[in-house]
Amino acid sequence: MNHLLSWIIWLPILGMVAIAFVPRDKSEVIKKIAAVFSGLQLLLAIYLWRIFDASNGTFQFMERAEWIPSFNITYILGVDGLSLPMVFLMALIGFIGVFVSWNIDKAVKGYFSLFLLLNTGVMGVFLSLDFFLFYIFWEVMLLPMYFLIGMWGGPQREYAAIKFFIYTLFGSVLMLIAILALYFTCGNTFDMLVLMDTAPTALNGMLWWGMSAIKVIWVLLFIGFAIKVPVFPFHTWLPLAHVEAPTAISVILAGVLLKLGVYGILRVNYNMLPDGVFWFAGALAVLGLINVIWGAMCALAQTDLKKLVAYSSVNHMGYTLIGMAAVIAASEMNGENLISAQAGLGGAVFQMFNHGTISAMLFILVGVIYDRAHHRDIDGFGGLASQMPIYTAFVAIAFFAGLGLPGFSGFVSEAMIFIGAFPVFKTVVIISTLGILLNAAYFLWAFQRMFFGPANEKYNELPEINKRELFTVIPLAVITLILGVYPRPFLDLIAATLNVLIESVVSYGGLAAAM
Amino acid sequence: MISGNIITDFSLLILFLPLVAFVINIIFGKRLPRQGDWVSVGAILITLILSLSLLMNMLMNWDSDFSHEAVIPWIDLGAFKITLGFWVDNITVVMLVVVSLISSMTHIFSLEYMKGDIRYNRYYAYLGLFTFSMNGIVLANNVMSLYIFWELVGVSSYLLIGHWFEKHSAADASKKAFLTNRVGDIGFFIGIMIMFTAIGSFNFQDLFKGVSEGLVTGSLLTFAGLGLFMGAVGKSSQFPLHIWLPDAMEGPTPVSALMHAATMVAAGVYLTVRLFPLFSPEALTIIAYVGGFTALFAATIAITQNDIKKVLAYSTVSQLGYMILAVGVGNYVAAFFHLLTHAMFKACLFYGSGSVIHSMHHSLHELKDHDTDPQDMRNMGGFKSKMPLTHWTMLIATLAISGVPLFSGFLSKDAILAGTLAFAQNHPQHILLPIFGFGAAAITAFYMFRLIFMTFYGKPKMEKVFKGIHESPRVMTFPLVLLAGLSFFIFYTLPYFNPFSDHGWFTELIKASNSAVPGNPSAEEIYKGVHHAHYTAMGLSLLVAAFGIGLSYLMYIKEKFSAEAWAKKMGFFYKLSLNKYFFDENYNRFLYQPFLKLSRAVAYVDWDLYDKYFINGFGHVTKILSKITGRMDYEGLDQTLVDGVGRTTQGFGEQLKQVQTGRLQNYMLFALIGVILILVFQAV
Repeated sequence: MNHLLSWIIWLPILGMVAIAFVPRDKSEVIKKIAAVFSGLQLLLAIYLWRIFDASNGTFQFMERAEWIPSFNITYILGVDGLSLPMVFLMALIGFIGVFVSWNIDKAVKGYFSLFLLLNTGVMGVFLSLDFFLFYIFWEVMLLPMYFLIGMWGGPQREYAAIKFFIYTLFGSVLMLIAILALYFTCGNTFDMLVLMDTAPTALNGMLWWGMSAIKVIWVLLFIGFAIKVPVFPFHTWLPLAHVEAPTAISVILAGVLLKLGVYGILRVNYNMLPDGVFWFAGALAVLGLINVIWGAMCALAQTDLKKLVAYSSVNHMGYTLIGMAAVIAASEMNGENLISAQAGLGGAVFQMFNHGTISAMLFILVGVIYDRAHHRDIDGFGGLASQMPIYTAFVAIAFFAGLGLPGFSGFVSEAMIFIGAFPVFKTVVIISTLGILLNAAYFLWAFQRMFFGPANEKYNELPEINKRELFTVIPLAVITLILGVYPRPFLDLIAATLNVLIESVVSYGGLAAAM
Repeated sequence: MISGNIITDFSLLILFLPLVAFVINIIFGKRLPRQGDWVSVGAILITLILSLSLLMNMLMNWDSDFSHEAVIPWIDLGAFKITLGFWVDNITVVMLVVVSLISSMTHIFSLEYMKGDIRYNRYYAYLGLFTFSMNGIVLANNVMSLYIFWELVGVSSYLLIGHWFEKHSAADASKKAFLTNRVGDIGFFIGIMIMFTAIGSFNFQDLFKGVSEGLVTGSLLTFAGLGLFMGAVGKSSQFPLHIWLPDAMEGPTPVSALMHAATMVAAGVYLTVRLFPLFSPEALTIIAYVGGFTALFAATIAITQNDIKKVLAYSTVSQLGYMILAVGVGNYVAAFFHLLTHAMFKACLFYGSGSVIHSMHHSLHELKDHDTDPQDMRNMGGFKSKMPLTHWTMLIATLAISGVPLFSGFLSKDAILAGTLAFAQNHPQHILLPIFGFGAAAITAFYMFRLIFMTFYGKPKMEKVFKGIHESPRVMTFPLVLLAGLSFFIFYTLPYFNPFSDHGWFTELIKASNSAVPGNPSAEEIYKGVHHAHYTAMGLSLLVAAFGIGLSYLMYIKEKFSAEAWAKKMGFFYKLSLNKYFFDENYNRFLYQPFLKLSRAVAYVDWDLYDKYFINGFGHVTKILSKITGRMDYEGLDQTLVDGVGRTTQGFGEQLKQVQTGRLQNYMLFALIGVILILVFQAV
């Protein structure tokens, strides 16, 4: 199929157009249209994954069209082993999200239109290879998110929405400055492929206000992306947004949106400013460590289940940062120690995907109990295991996946990260293994308080998890289990791209001294 | 002799059959006839048969160097690779038999013990998951697979201990077991990382080779070894991570027999046995002290406990300490030997206690008495006449654990004590180790007979309850009889019949290998030392066992001394022992609570201070700045400057306006003046 990537990006918009023609009171039809279009998108994503050439680490299925030639702005799309898993993840969670949202009854038409628009925005970011286009999609994604939280959210939704919006916008502005800086210093182009080639040398030795240009751009981009991850200390919008957002939006937020930050750092900072990687890796690892410990401790203290899960995201994304930092092992050992770099970076990319499936599962399950009990106070339950055994089983799966139990994919990625980062950041890794314990502590403690003990009479009548909800959880659980038992289908897919990325970072390693 | 491929197939079946039973029972169990217990029992019996055929094969080969390895790639990123696989040697085979035998007995015993349980199918499913995980540990050929199954054992124990999760104590115990184990696992994983970083492989054989080539040396090697050992400290419930095991008795009693006597806790010892060649001399010394201290320390707690299962729990901790001690002094084959014999007699003791509790429970149920504790030995006494089979089998197992000749425990305990004595003879500064060992042996003999005497002898303490006591049905006594039989020495010394020497198939087929660490004594040297110390150790161990049994007899049968009076005399120590040295209380007060408080403080700082004031502060500052700029814009710029310019222009206009009189002659006059001025300037 020609223009496969364009189809994947724009299908939701077609869905939006279709929804526009449906009268606002026919909510069933609207939901079905949303399901059909995200379903088609998921099929295309699966097709893309099947025909993707895993042995090739460069961009595939490239599309290129003139857009605004006077500013060298082009419509460029492409997919590689880094973006493909994210595209699949978005398509999957976008599709599942429609069913998670099935109970929405307020302004259904608006909700699903914005939902599909969000999908397009996220897909666009993952697939565009022109910086201008990238930025446009980045902003497009922000708008529906603002309204989805602000209109369909919890009691403090407006505060949460505006905070999310302003915080993220602040990051975007820094990113825009960095993009313009790259544009003007590297030959007036937004073409990311060109920038990946030219930026490392063009910026070499350049000083701005006495500071290395590479460092300045690195930091600007990093803050822009770090807010999204979110990296400590830019993380506090996340629990709020999660707590207030409707379930499906939390699912997308944790499942996919957080990955945009990591994706951005890998795609832009790593590919275009490899020297900066060596300069910043130590800080990255330390920030990752803080995320791990701080997030876990905050999670331990929570009484609101959704907030606990939100802080667990802060905790889990921390591992990703540590893994990413490990890439510098390859050059410290003069290119010999590829093992650490591969394990760390591979673990980081894998962890992104795994956190996507696991946190999506967690948020869906939080939504299930909230829909029934109308509260999320961990201490307000107790003994649910005897009242809702199937629901309990799925929460157990999600919690154990979350605490990194072997057999679930999260274990593989976390183990890879630790193994990869250990030779380079021994202290950081040793302290962060404490996270293994804390993860288990906050999940199991919450599990005990909610599900164990004598049954709470109040909840004797709670209906068991229904088929629609099971339909949203089971695919995620199955993927987590399969990749936990046998991770090769995923890792083989990204291996070639990882090596390209590592090589591009490492090949400029010698320049680091010149910064 | 069966070929390598068949061994691989057998291993695969042994590993996965229980998992299949788990999956079937967890999903369909409720809908199957008898809730699917026959699926689990069938699967485990096939596993047992397969394990036994591997054992037969081993005995027929009679090859102490036998080994077989099979691997599959699991992760392959080019340079970074992980393979998973099997390593089958004689130790593996013996361990497989232990696991599948005890697991089979537990499956059979539970048919009666768990009858009518509300989650019967899930109970059997979890037993399958547990057996699968345990066999995974046994079959692993590398530390990564070992770690994976290690954690899976953790989660299956979590599920089984928390089987009766309606009870807060059970839920607490399951969480405590998992988390305490995870503390050890952190060390384990750090050990794995150090090894992998230095050697580039997870495979046991590669690690041994790497260490012997000197890729990891000195304090780093010690550190790595202690990290790996920390995993064993957690799983095998060694000091200071011993706290979870006694609480884990909240699980059903057959589970206690399976996990807390024979398999899960043995995993830690198995790990140290497997990885013995990696430990540096310094690491081994620390291991010996941890084990020795645990052996004595746990024994001193066991003497004052009144709950029949708690006594057995602390006895398990103590016996595991023995095994760890044996590894520490280099005599790791003795550790494995004791693991084997202990698995049989300790499982027998747990089933025996299960049989007693089951009977107590029934009797109390008949009386509609829900306040009396069916596990408290102070409510028992005189059960010998009512439960003869349970009594005799438990007595045999008790003789075994106390180290009385003719029984298996005598041989293995003796081997450990001889090793310890030999070690102290070579290193006189470590004289404490044999003191730990023999001290614990004396105390063990004492408290185990105390258990027997309090339960089965003397006058019944509660007549009414006693009336309802009866022997357990055959599915429960069958495992007891079988395991009591396996507590006799003969099964471990065949084809020889000397009850005073451990010489037999075990010692012939399981030979110590040399440590990979340069500088450690060779297996030969260790063996010589043990041999030398053998008779002294035997004499001493017989002496202490007799002392312990005798004291117990005098105190509880002859009542020459009153236990209560002694307890009063030793007030302080008695309280310490009864309250398990207040470990739980102190951990709670100095570790958990402060950390929880710290976490709450962190969350408060994060949410109520940092976010509320600092992050939102940016918003407020921006708002204030906006107001100021707004005011400046309006009042300063607009009203003063922009409007000021306007007003100035206006004023100027007012002045200028006066020039515009509207009269023609004035204009003519101005024009004239202008013309004149122009002319004048041109002239100049």
